[in-house]
Amino acid sequence: MKKVYVNDKVVSVPDTATVMQACELAGEEIPRVCYHESLSIAGNCRMCLVEVENAAKPVASCAFPVAEGMKINTKSDKVKKARKGVMEFLLINHPLDCPICDQGGECDLQDQSLYYGKSYSRFEENKRAVEDKDFGPLVKTVMTRCIHCTRCVRFLDEVAGTHELGAINRGEQMEIASVVEEGITSELSGNIIDLCPVGALTSKPYAFKARSWELIHHDTIDITDGLGSNLILDEFQGEIKRVLPRFNEDINQEWISDKSRFSYDGLDVQRLDKPFIRDDKNKLIPSDWKTSLNNVTGLLKKYKSDEIAAISGSLTDVETMFVAKELFNSLGIYNLDCRFNGSNFKINNRTDWLFNSKIIGTDKIDKLFIIGCDPKREATVLNARIRKRWLSGDLEIITLCTPNDLTYETTSLGDDVSLLSDPSFLTDIKSFFNGAKYPMIILGDSILSTVEGEKIHSIVKSLSDNCEIIRDGWNGFCVLSAYASRSGGLEIGFLPSKGGLNVKQIKKKISEKKIKLLFLIEADDFDLSDLDIKSTKIIYLGHHGDKHATKAEIILPITAFTEKKALYVNIEGRPQFTKKIIQNKGIAVDSWKIFRALADNFNLKFSYNNHEQLLNKIYKLHPEISFINQIISSEWKSFKSSSIKLKTLKSNFAVVNYYQTCPVTRASNNMANCRKRFLKKDESKFNG
Amino acid sequence: MLDKKDKIFNNLYGLKGKGLKTAKNFGDWTNAKDVILNGKDWILKHVKDSGLRGRGGAGFPTGLKWSFMPSKTEYKPNYLIVNADESEPGTCKDREILRNEPFKLLEGMLYASIAMEVNTAYIYIRGEFYNEFVSLQNAIDECYENNLLGKKILKTDYNLDVYVHRGAGAYICGEESALIESLEGKKGQPRLKPPFPANVGLYGCPTTVSNVETIAVVPAILKRGSEWFAGLGKENNTGTKLFCISGHVNKPCTVEEEMGVDLKELIEKHCGGVLGGWNNLKAVVPGGSSTPLIPASLCNNLAMDFDSLKAVKSGLGTAAVIVMDKSTDIVEAITRFSRFYNHESCGQCTPCREGTGWILKIMKKLCKGTADINDIDKLEDICSQVENHTICALGDAAAWPVQALIRHYRSDLEKRISSSKLVSSAE
Repeated sequence: MKKVYVNDKVVSVPDTATVMQACELAGEEIPRVCYHESLSIAGNCRMCLVEVENAAKPVASCAFPVAEGMKINTKSDKVKKARKGVMEFLLINHPLDCPICDQGGECDLQDQSLYYGKSYSRFEENKRAVEDKDFGPLVKTVMTRCIHCTRCVRFLDEVAGTHELGAINRGEQMEIASVVEEGITSELSGNIIDLCPVGALTSKPYAFKARSWELIHHDTIDITDGLGSNLILDEFQGEIKRVLPRFNEDINQEWISDKSRFSYDGLDVQRLDKPFIRDDKNKLIPSDWKTSLNNVTGLLKKYKSDEIAAISGSLTDVETMFVAKELFNSLGIYNLDCRFNGSNFKINNRTDWLFNSKIIGTDKIDKLFIIGCDPKREATVLNARIRKRWLSGDLEIITLCTPNDLTYETTSLGDDVSLLSDPSFLTDIKSFFNGAKYPMIILGDSILSTVEGEKIHSIVKSLSDNCEIIRDGWNGFCVLSAYASRSGGLEIGFLPSKGGLNVKQIKKKISEKKIKLLFLIEADDFDLSDLDIKSTKIIYLGHHGDKHATKAEIILPITAFTEKKALYVNIEGRPQFTKKIIQNKGIAVDSWKIFRALADNFNLKFSYNNHEQLLNKIYKLHPEISFINQIISSEWKSFKSSSIKLKTLKSNFAVVNYYQTCPVTRASNNMANCRKRFLKKDESKFNG
Repeated sequence: MLDKKDKIFNNLYGLKGKGLKTAKNFGDWTNAKDVILNGKDWILKHVKDSGLRGRGGAGFPTGLKWSFMPSKTEYKPNYLIVNADESEPGTCKDREILRNEPFKLLEGMLYASIAMEVNTAYIYIRGEFYNEFVSLQNAIDECYENNLLGKKILKTDYNLDVYVHRGAGAYICGEESALIESLEGKKGQPRLKPPFPANVGLYGCPTTVSNVETIAVVPAILKRGSEWFAGLGKENNTGTKLFCISGHVNKPCTVEEEMGVDLKELIEKHCGGVLGGWNNLKAVVPGGSSTPLIPASLCNNLAMDFDSLKAVKSGLGTAAVIVMDKSTDIVEAITRFSRFYNHESCGQCTPCREGTGWILKIMKKLCKGTADINDIDKLEDICSQVENHTICALGDAAAWPVQALIRHYRSDLEKRISSSKLVSSAE
């Protein structure tokens, strides 16, 4: 700790602190434009100049290290003059278009000019004008407004790791630009909108949609991937206008992926607002709840329990799966699975499928082995965190069956899954992890969905035991799933039991025409493409008329995550709630209520009649997820498996279409534009 | 006037031949082995005692600068970079050294490298200096052939490799940290200090950047003795210096003189005097475009050294004397400087990026006479907003000439504005 004087006030600051941090500890606010806590220090805006005793010139406080006994003055005339001077320079070439600027009301330059700007301009010459750049369908540019703070450049260099922006030309002619105008392809590109202190980079979909002071902010969470990133949803007149990240050091820090940020427009289109029933002419006819639920009851009664199956999808909340499980099990139906992508593994306890080290644990890992997943596109923000850890040095990463563009340096062991069962492999990995303090293995849910999934899971588990990935106070065995619902489903056990069938077996039975009634609970990503489903009747629960809606016998409309308070558990096992922000569409209801109502049709006595009672029941049966926003760790249970042989299976498990992975994102125009713009080359590979 | 025997650069114009053999005749590389064997501390002590100050413009004591370099470690080498990116308007001293006395530079680099435990040194040469680059590279090749560079130099245990890197024409790359960035292959933009290059420099390793002339005089200091060097010039401003005199003189030249030489003597003895005589002098810019000009009234008995010029609110800079006689349109001349700095600003930090442009725009108006009388105060204020607020010294360099213009020629500026107003109202 060092003692410094800020305007004669004594403060103790850490040895490595900067003058700016010292001033902040002393309660002095320092204006800044280019400085950002999460980025490297550029020191180019010169707004943060302060006077330091014995220094010849005012110093840039963001970059200047403190020294013992340093005397800092933030209120002298010199400092005031410096700030006013810099502000004037920032403004001379900045257009006076705040009334039509989307940044207006939340603009750093606007706020600071209130304190340090003049009320008139001395600049009588023509202002500089800069041609706008094409950064793609998400980021709108008005480059004349740019004040060259280079936050966006530093973000893409350091956090996103795609190096897509830079400054060209010099002096007054300096411009922020990409080398080739291909748009910013990074999955984190939306964050440069938040970072831009002025209106040079704004959100294209949000352009001219609302003014910042009209918006009502709602705290909620993201369900486009498994991380459960914290979000702020801005609502105006009952519509979601934009999505911003909400700071949470444990999960997403202050970043979110483009999918979380821009897919909100999908919530307004292609929505199901009433039940539909297929009539004799094979047409879907609008219906009401009573008729449709009675029809569902009829179908449930008509078929034998082993002819009925239910699969839940990537957006399904915990409540729904809980109630559905209770209903189906009461009816003797055990063909339930929440792993719609077919991933399959033996479960001892929660540690078998959790991201056990927690997301924050990635900050201290020193050896990492990634197996069979695509963290850049399945857990974008987590990937950026791994990159940040990698940038700070002393992290070795090896990969097996992953894409090779993960924004950090990796040593690839190839694309062949069967390497895992190679006898020499274990010794190699053992020597790799040798000496590691915080070793980590990330096991992709993608690789677990292959035919060898179950075997791979046990091999990697015993590998983790052998390499001492799990030790006192540290569990580095991490399963990475890309789906918001997955952990919740596994927590409450929406899984086959008592000889029930899992997804792969259900699929097989469908092709054998032995499943007559199939409940798809938001399970549009359950792959039906190569199945003959003529003899299977589908009950479709969803908020969007997505992939499988047209195949349905009965469509039951439900609410999307912005329309309900619902529980989701992220990959770490952290339960979090979404918030009800907008009204239900038409007569859509929260999906758990459908199963609760069906229970009444069967005269089953369920002990809960409202959401609160339901939650209490869930908490009672599953105490691990009863503490909201907290992670309850579980004991690791190791098992020794005998040597298993894997078949050769080559894949890098790259996500081909990052932008469209769930019903909401598939309905989103923004995501469609991104796909068109950025994934053109891979068009032939799409299956959606 | 500097005695012939005290001259360091005896073949500055290359009239006495080229090549290592000629250089050796003039004393280059003689007794080099002795100097090498005297070792690090001996060299450092002599350079410190000589009172040598950096010849690149800032005038920082060279010995002190070298002593900031930490000992090299197993993990981090030390680097020496010679700044041969001589781009300051008016300056042409390093050019002559590179052309005709490159062996002095290379010998000096060897001694400097020993003093700072350097085994790899770079010369960052201005891109436009193609012929100079060729002659420098030839000199380096000759040195390698004669075991004066490379491995086990002169059969001692010392190794030094010298590489020449050609710049791409940016003035800012003469600033040491921008030079390092450029050498690393990045955009030439100054870095924030601290950390200083002596701690974190080229590729993150301890680095010293020195001017060509500074390094080139080191062999003379070590061989003739620090007392000899310190005996020349004045206290704190010791030694000899290359002056480049250009502009309105009869015979512009680059010449070696004692520090603290009288300006009038310098011009009259070496350059055949000011065009039209001393009384025709209007002003001089004493040290390259970035130093504030000095009007003729202050030029009598003006000693050309760091401290004396500071006393008249100017500076020695690179000792590039630009002489302007009474035919000069001084506003136009300073506007040309402003245009230069506007063009060469790297654009990284706000005051310089925006300020240099604004200064130029007002200067242009002053030139034309279309400015307002308040513009003079405004201009002065803008200059003070740029000065001292930038990352590197380019902002200061852009502000100083304009500030000096206003300081010394305010009435001229005012007259110019009012007369043009009269003309326009008469029309």
